[in-house]
Amino acid sequence: MNLLHRWKVVHDSDDSVTERLRERLSNLRIRDVWEFFIERLIWLSGISIIVIVALIFLFLLREGSAAFLDIPLRQLFGRRWYPIEGIFGIWPLMVGSILVTAVAISIAIPLGLITAIYIGEIAPDWQRDLLKPIIEVLAGIPSIVLGFLGWIALAPLIQRLGAPTGLTIFTGSLILAYMSLPTIISISEDALYAVPKSFRDSALAIGATQWQTIWRVVLPAARSGLVIAIMLGIGRAIGETMAVMLVTGNAANIPDLNLGLIFQPARTMTATIAAEMGEVAQGSLHYSVLFGIGIILFVITFAINSIASRLVGVQEAGQRRKRG
Amino acid sequence: MHLSKYAMCSVLSLILLFTLSACVQPVDNTASEEAVEGRAIQNKGSDTLVNLALAWAEAYQSVQPDVSIAVTGGGSGTGIAALINGTVDIANASRSMKEEEIAGAQANGFDPVEIRVAIDALAVIVHPDNPVDQLTIQQLSDIYTRRIVNWNEVGGSDAPIVLLSRETNSGTHVYFLEQVVRQGDDENEDIFAPQTLLMPSSVGITSEIRRNPNAIGYDGLGYVTEHEKVLAIAKDGNSPYVLPTTETGADGSYPLSRFLFMYTAGEPEGSIAEYIDWIKGPEGQAIVAELGFVPLNEE
Repeated sequence: MNLLHRWKVVHDSDDSVTERLRERLSNLRIRDVWEFFIERLIWLSGISIIVIVALIFLFLLREGSAAFLDIPLRQLFGRRWYPIEGIFGIWPLMVGSILVTAVAISIAIPLGLITAIYIGEIAPDWQRDLLKPIIEVLAGIPSIVLGFLGWIALAPLIQRLGAPTGLTIFTGSLILAYMSLPTIISISEDALYAVPKSFRDSALAIGATQWQTIWRVVLPAARSGLVIAIMLGIGRAIGETMAVMLVTGNAANIPDLNLGLIFQPARTMTATIAAEMGEVAQGSLHYSVLFGIGIILFVITFAINSIASRLVGVQEAGQRRKRG
Repeated sequence: MHLSKYAMCSVLSLILLFTLSACVQPVDNTASEEAVEGRAIQNKGSDTLVNLALAWAEAYQSVQPDVSIAVTGGGSGTGIAALINGTVDIANASRSMKEEEIAGAQANGFDPVEIRVAIDALAVIVHPDNPVDQLTIQQLSDIYTRRIVNWNEVGGSDAPIVLLSRETNSGTHVYFLEQVVRQGDDENEDIFAPQTLLMPSSVGITSEIRRNPNAIGYDGLGYVTEHEKVLAIAKDGNSPYVLPTTETGADGSYPLSRFLFMYTAGEPEGSIAEYIDWIKGPEGQAIVAELGFVPLNEE
């Protein structure tokens, strides 16, 4: 009886069932195909970034490896850069880049973080609404314009401070600091914004002042985002070319170690590549040394990024452990 | 698991593809072919010559309206490199081609031809407030190699000397290195002191000179304005100090005058030859004098 009943049910509704089944199947197929394509598209755009980075590095290696193979390392990291006489010492260029970036960052980090804290935590709404777009406009100013400003306005000012010339490391650093500020501010502001409101409420509820809340609760909670902001700022500073080329004087000189250290001219790696790449014959030693400088820059940026992600990773693991 | 294997394969094959395609570098001959047909002449190189080349190109429009000439600067080395790579028809240079550049051109299948188009007197300039009026080549060499570091050693006030120079891709830089820093001596291996500020353009030098009383620099006479002070130069201690002018440049009494060149890939033909003949003719040379350069002598 039971069996018969079941057979009947199945049999009676046979047509409609197969119909529905077929429909569902064809729907499934279209959806599957869509799904497949979308998945692949996302995968492709993700993977393409890796591929592009790998290709850039391969290209750099192909063009620049001769520099490391054909020139003795002692000479390559020598103290004098005068390429038209075959003197390829990139040490002064590295010192130049590192000094300009270091000074720029030590100006930009405190300024950027303080501004972000003000905008994110302290400023009333109307000020925030005013400040945020202004900072975004600042980010949009082309670097060459800032460089020109530095050349016309800042350099004479620095010279009036008593430096023999206004085209110095400090001039370049100020411009770079200004240039990396928007990056640092907007990313750290986002990081602060991501800290749940309940953290602040709880801190205030147990009697912390606003300053204690910011310093002890909000900043530590946002730390990984802040580290990323700083690292991106450094990346922007070390890679900048045109502005630096205009205002640092481009003297491939290792500055004297004295009080006026940062008020001396310097030549950065990026400016050297930009100034000299147009002139060199393809395939010459000078050409591959310029690409060699590119490799060194690449390695430096890569190292900075890995350190950053390591820092962030360690912190997040630590926080997870604490929460667990 | 299988996806990641696919990923690896596609990444590797893409990398392979791109590297292979990057290895194949097509030789670009189109620029020179077009020009022989008489349409656009590509002209690039020396920043010293660029204003002159622009003035020539502009004036030539009224002589030969159907020939257009595109002029860009960038430095003698840049122009010569472009000629070797086949992207321009005429390279402007404020120095002769180096041996390795000639070899590079020959490797690309042509002999570069050198054509003298004008004479330039190289002016040594300082801030107008600088009390120094004259220097010998020996003193200039000592200044640019930092054997002299203070203006009071050459009769000026007690102030550090800030050295300005063009970038190393400039023909003027090379000329100054050979004729001033090395004093024309082939055996001399002196080079610019590392403290020398390298300016990307002629204008970079003049504008820094204008605002910096400590600075010394050099530039083609055609670029000097009344805002910079030109120094009189003596070949050595026994020679008279001479200011650069069109006359002293032409008669050779000013020690730092030199020929400016145009280079072509092989003997110029067609519209390029006509253009160069016009430049060397009376009309072209009149423009040379107008812009503060020294016209070629008739002989």
